[in-house]
Amino acid sequence: MTGEATPSRAGAALKEAGLAAIAAFALALPLIGFRTIDSENGLTIQTRFGWVAAGVAAVFAGRLILALWPPQWKWRQSREPRHTDAKAAHTPVRFVGYAIVSVAILLPLLPFADRYVVDTATTVLIYVMLGWGLNIVVGLAGLLDLGYVAFYAVGAYSFALLARNFSLNFWECLPLAGAFAATFGVVLGFPVLRLRGDYLAIVTLGFGEMVRIVLINWGSFTGGPNGLTSIPRPSFFGMPFAREADAGSTTFDQFFGLAYSPLHRLIFLYFIVLGLALLTNAFTLRIRRLPVGRAWEALREDEIAAKALGINPTNTKLTAFAIGAMFAGFAGSFFATRQGFISPESFTFIESALILAIVVLGGMGSQTGVVVAATLLVVLPEFGRQFAEFRMLLFGAAMIAIMVWRPHGLLARRDPSIRLDGYVGVKRGRGP
Amino acid sequence: MSDALLTVEHLTMRFGGLIAVDDLSFVARRRGITALIGPNGAGKTTVFNCLTGFYKPTVGRITLAHPGGPMLLEQMPDFRIARAGVARTFQNIRLFPRMTVLENLVVAQHNPLMRASSYTIGGLLGLPSYRRAEAAAVDAACAWLERLGLLERADEEAGALPYGAQRRLEVARAMCTRPLLLCLDEPAAGLNPRESAELNRFLVGIRDREGIGILLIEHDMSVVMGISDHIIVLDYGRCIAAGAPDDIRRNPAVIRAYLGEPEDAPLPAQTGSAPS
Repeated sequence: MTGEATPSRAGAALKEAGLAAIAAFALALPLIGFRTIDSENGLTIQTRFGWVAAGVAAVFAGRLILALWPPQWKWRQSREPRHTDAKAAHTPVRFVGYAIVSVAILLPLLPFADRYVVDTATTVLIYVMLGWGLNIVVGLAGLLDLGYVAFYAVGAYSFALLARNFSLNFWECLPLAGAFAATFGVVLGFPVLRLRGDYLAIVTLGFGEMVRIVLINWGSFTGGPNGLTSIPRPSFFGMPFAREADAGSTTFDQFFGLAYSPLHRLIFLYFIVLGLALLTNAFTLRIRRLPVGRAWEALREDEIAAKALGINPTNTKLTAFAIGAMFAGFAGSFFATRQGFISPESFTFIESALILAIVVLGGMGSQTGVVVAATLLVVLPEFGRQFAEFRMLLFGAAMIAIMVWRPHGLLARRDPSIRLDGYVGVKRGRGP
Repeated sequence: MSDALLTVEHLTMRFGGLIAVDDLSFVARRRGITALIGPNGAGKTTVFNCLTGFYKPTVGRITLAHPGGPMLLEQMPDFRIARAGVARTFQNIRLFPRMTVLENLVVAQHNPLMRASSYTIGGLLGLPSYRRAEAAAVDAACAWLERLGLLERADEEAGALPYGAQRRLEVARAMCTRPLLLCLDEPAAGLNPRESAELNRFLVGIRDREGIGILLIEHDMSVVMGISDHIIVLDYGRCIAAGAPDDIRRNPAVIRAYLGEPEDAPLPAQTGSAPS
């Protein structure tokens, strides 16, 4: 396949590289070629044709190399059908799950765990929790929700407003914030869940933006673009994490006879979010095995067949939407109490996209996949900090690489919700 | 007439100017297999979609003799019709391909399980009553898998089964909803003669053992003539003949419209089946 085929292959490669170079030129000329600069005689145009030429040459060379790349060196793509024999793969994944949980619990006690590490780990866990919440909606129920951040915002603002206006503490507000977010999920879901696929994605995208714009414009209630400040911090059974206690109370450090350290509060926050995340995970794993969880997956697989089995599609989807929103509400109130300050800036579309990217990269419906993807997507940009403005480029390249190598996500393996093999039913001994 | 399970009266379905079903009336009986045949485009699947609520008929009344009193299906949404006891399969198989064989059969028992889990709350708490209900659902599923010879493959993805097994699994899934009436849309399509003979035995077994009514759309004459108790022939949305298989075989209008044989030629039991 090498000898006589080479000239035509080289020709085709040259042609492809030429086409790519033309496309690059067309894009680069207006974007890179001209630059407006302020000078003393008004706005003038500076030309940078050298940069354009360099860019086009790079695209040409790159496309040529890709086209001439020997096929036997091509990346191996996992396009082959996925293994159905889940039994073999089951044990290692479960082991990995326990290992991740142990590391997460021990992390703040490890010697290298300084302020920065604990803080980053807390951010990772917020995204893990959001990823798990969205996984119910997208991964299990198959509803593409591009406005998930709206529920995160509802949770954060409900917590902030309840805490400021009614001076409720974190633990009192948490269930209320979850309930508010779930209510929003039902209110949004009821009219739109008749829509499917792309239409649902567009409507949820719009809803996400609506919530953000309302938050910006309803200044008297939400503080507008300035946001809400002085949101109370969580306390440990009524004991605050502070250098000095108010009159009549003891601080956490005084009670345990520790020297005051701001790290204690961070570690406490870390354990709160770890607990919330583990709760989300336990809830999801359990509800997947219940009739409603199976109905979600059935609706994702084939809505018409599910209806023919007597499954009410609207109610079933609404529960998925509401439960997903509830976990976003929990995550939102944690976010508010951790930051002490929230503003609409934190709830832009890019957040929704990031959470969705975590679910998709992790492998839709995979709980462990979400952890891996969230860690990757939060930590990778942190490592990239020394590359300054190029770090988002690296981030994008890494995402493309994952999608090329693992098109179904990092851990795309579905665990059956019920197995005959190993089922502890009333009658046994029928198995092979 | 006391064993009439489903009574269809003056069913008409118009799509704009097209009349897909025109003033159709028939009765499907308990413990009987009623077949709906006709050339492609005669409106058979449209009738099914009206019965199962996927379409709302333009005119007509569809009455199901439910133990709790007669139910007018044309006024009910599709998932409620399924709950009332009308189960169906599809012309192109609609299993849940990425779920396992067992899960497919357990999903079909959604409504009783949902009640048993006290709408998820009891299930989340792990109440013993729910666990018993789940075990019973798995047992019911296993009984069907045993009849289908698929017990060994219970934990495999349904989409990985061979075609014939998928067809039978879809019928078993419909049966797991414990219907009064089972509607099968071309169950023998794409099956080889051995498989369709197996399917015949399976369907007759369901009729005799479960005592339910079966309504069947089929092109494969070996299936239709072999197992039907009553046949309704549609052409251009109208009923052109109805009766026992032997009457239909001899009916000149049917032969002209559908079977396409010269009137004097004896009709073989196995006419070619039109694949869909």
